[in-house]
Amino acid sequence: MEYILIFISAIFVNNIVLSQFLGICPFLGVSQKVTTSLGMGAAVAFVLTLATIVTYLVQMFILEPFGLQYLQTIAFILVIAALVQMVEIVLKKVSPALYQALGIFLPLITTNCAVLGVAILVIQKEFSLVQSVVYAFSTAIGFALALTVFAGLREQLAFVNVPKGMRGMAIVLVTAGLLSLAFMGFSGVDGGLKILFGLN
Amino acid sequence: MNYIKILLNGIFKENPTFVLLLGMCPTLATTTSAINGLSMGLATMFVLICSNLVISLIKNLTPDMVRIPVFVVVIASFVTILQMIMQAFVPAIYATLGLYIPLIVVNCIILGRAEAFACKNGPLQSIFDGIGMGLGFSLALTLLGAVRELLGAGSIFGIGLLPETCNMLLFILPPGAFITLGYLIAIVNKFKKA
Repeated sequence: MEYILIFISAIFVNNIVLSQFLGICPFLGVSQKVTTSLGMGAAVAFVLTLATIVTYLVQMFILEPFGLQYLQTIAFILVIAALVQMVEIVLKKVSPALYQALGIFLPLITTNCAVLGVAILVIQKEFSLVQSVVYAFSTAIGFALALTVFAGLREQLAFVNVPKGMRGMAIVLVTAGLLSLAFMGFSGVDGGLKILFGLN
Repeated sequence: MNYIKILLNGIFKENPTFVLLLGMCPTLATTTSAINGLSMGLATMFVLICSNLVISLIKNLTPDMVRIPVFVVVIASFVTILQMIMQAFVPAIYATLGLYIPLIVVNCIILGRAEAFACKNGPLQSIFDGIGMGLGFSLALTLLGAVRELLGAGSIFGIGLLPETCNMLLFILPPGAFITLGYLIAIVNKFKKA
């Protein structure tokens, strides 16, 4: 029950892009087409979940026993950068088809602040390992959902006559604002679920 | 190169927020009020100046292959220093900005300037570039924060200007960030063409 709550809350209520503003760059940059945004979403889901597990273990078994918490930022970013490189190499060897689909998005993920953000958030929230994995995976699903819905909106936007000054990034940001407004309709759902599951 | 020109380039011609559209995450997330926007801008500026300086000094020592990882470590070190300074001297602001301080590491402006400017120019020019870009970023964040605070809470820097009945809470909430920045960019575009 607790995991369902984390799942729903991370996807809809506290959507990583639309309410926590993490991963805005790929959200604005790679959302012209629905197919590419699905690819990006899948790549992020894969790396985010893996990176959260690894950084969680680094925090629990290396940084904390030796009292090195202040090195968290440096350690995490290095682990993530190395991990992305490794995923790229392994994927190229093991599954060329998957590499073809996700390959171009992988280098972009190192600087996706959602990955580092979630790695730090699960430590701040004091989640257990299983909770962290569920949280990371659902966050990535939320990211993919926001990206895909937004790509759908932008595809429609191509047919609209936008006022001159608003063309380009301006209209894209206002559209993102309206989508974010729509997602605000979910706020309070997590509270309701908590009562339903009796978790208070 | 003229130092004043480098400085003004970052503030106006290549403003990181309104023209280059870099570093969108902290721009949208921390500008719920003018003071928050300003603090985030100054924090980023500190890291930007220090990392620009160090990277321009070590540019000849780093092999091209491992350039990016070296830059990231330099940036992450300065972010850690910043975190410690802020925790010690301004704990209230550190608590408000929270997660977005460690996330300065992945702010594209910093790595972008390291790649585009600091690894090609001397230390003094790089410092000026850091100051210019940092000021441009701080100005943009403060402006965005001020507009959102005025529309959402009726005040700027905590000084009440509008009666409470005019407050539109939406502008402090996440959708307001996207919408305000969208319209600010539209206004900047208008001026750029004129």
